Amino acid sequence: MTHNPQPMTDARDGNRPLAAPAAAPDTAPGAEVLYTVRHVTKRYEGRTVLDVARLDIRRGEILAIIGPSGMGKSTFLRLLNFLEPPTTGEIRFRGVVFDGSQEAPLALRRRVTTVFQQPVLLRRTVAANVGYGLRLRGQSDRADRIHAALDEVGLGRLAGQPARTLSGGEAQRVALARAMILRPDALLLDEPTANLDPYNVGLIEQIVARLNREQGTTIVLVTHNVFQAKRLAQRVALMLEGRIVEVDEAGPFFDSPRDPRTAAFVRGEMIY
Amino acid sequence: MLEALRLIVSGDPTLFEIVSLSLRVSGIALVISTALGIPGGVLLGLNRFAGRRLAVTAIYTGMAFPPVVIGLFVYLMLSRSGPLGSHNWPLIPALFTPAAMIVAQVIIAFPLVAGFTMAAVTGVDPALRLQVRALGASKWQGTWAVLDEARIGVIAAVVAGFGGIISEVGAVMIVGGNIEGRTRVLTTAIVLETSKGNFDLAIALGIILVSIAFLTNFIVVRLQGRSF
Repeated sequence: MTHNPQPMTDARDGNRPLAAPAAAPDTAPGAEVLYTVRHVTKRYEGRTVLDVARLDIRRGEILAIIGPSGMGKSTFLRLLNFLEPPTTGEIRFRGVVFDGSQEAPLALRRRVTTVFQQPVLLRRTVAANVGYGLRLRGQSDRADRIHAALDEVGLGRLAGQPARTLSGGEAQRVALARAMILRPDALLLDEPTANLDPYNVGLIEQIVARLNREQGTTIVLVTHNVFQAKRLAQRVALMLEGRIVEVDEAGPFFDSPRDPRTAAFVRGEMIY
Repeated sequence: MLEALRLIVSGDPTLFEIVSLSLRVSGIALVISTALGIPGGVLLGLNRFAGRRLAVTAIYTGMAFPPVVIGLFVYLMLSRSGPLGSHNWPLIPALFTPAAMIVAQVIIAFPLVAGFTMAAVTGVDPALRLQVRALGASKWQGTWAVLDEARIGVIAAVVAGFGGIISEVGAVMIVGGNIEGRTRVLTTAIVLETSKGNFDLAIALGIILVSIAFLTNFIVVRLQGRSF
């Protein structure tokens, strides 16, 4: 069943950021797997919104999940963040199996975080927002780390401002800094630039690419924007009606898709 | 009027005793109502469970309940022939004591604190709970984050509870009995002094009551103003 027998040796380590290998440009099939998704479905009131038979997410890659809205992509991310249990099937993450029979352990959930389409900032200063996740973990929100994270997203000058006064693009960059400071194994991005102007889109894409390249953070990017997937992702999956239609390395996915629906979506011809 | 001010400034001991009992009774009642009302409001505001609608309706009814009727209810419960007063249980206060007045005021203030807290936490963006959980918040940390976001409304809930009991006269009159030196508070004293034609003292008491209300609200607005 599993095509990747390589054991995950780092499952004991709950807190320390791992020295993840830099993302290889050609993520070979032998690359270490962070998530193993098997036969996962999610039903709400009898309606199946997600049905992923199998998907492996490799450590250190940027995987884009593309597709029209309302196709289960956001639901999938909530499952990958262990915010909701799957109805059936299992998600294996760092050697721990999460199958919805019980709530995911907090320590496991804290290895992953999500930046949503709408940045939800707390009614506090920008710096307090960025340090929030550290405080949840009982770590002192050291000012130097917060400032480094804010500098990373180009907003160091706004540290003392009330977060509610920011523009949409600034708020999303603060949300990104708040996630990055946690040094998660996986950073999940749910349409992170859907509401933003081109300038902020470009900035956020740069930050994400740098994070992946320099820290080796695994990134799962959900987007309806084919071009964004092309710019950022090493692998791409198309999701339609909760199912993964096709998943492949970015090159072949865009240049020679195997499924006609992928070809249509990539050309912008799919009408929903 | 001048006589009223003179009474206040001179620090009349009877006056001081009345003010001090008012603050003690309503203060303790408020602490108890807050300790019960905030968790109650959060529970009702953030969870879906069987019987929730009924509980919400009960809270809303309680918010609009006439204090004098609550006073009557507590009186009947605590009286010597009442269901609670007849056993001499150690934790059940006797009628015509400050403790009995506190019981009545808790029943008045609790629905106010719980109801307004519920409204405040319900108003917090549901996406916030998801976001803080995604950032690694435990269940408690997530609830705390929502409460913290709703803090302006929650403070208003506590203020509403205090306003409801410090100014209330019917219930404390019935269960306390307005006994001089024992259960006489600002509101009952005003009623008595007015009926005796003792207007200077009544006005002095009125000025103090209004000042207390103003001062607490002033402090609260200052507190709210400092939040983002």
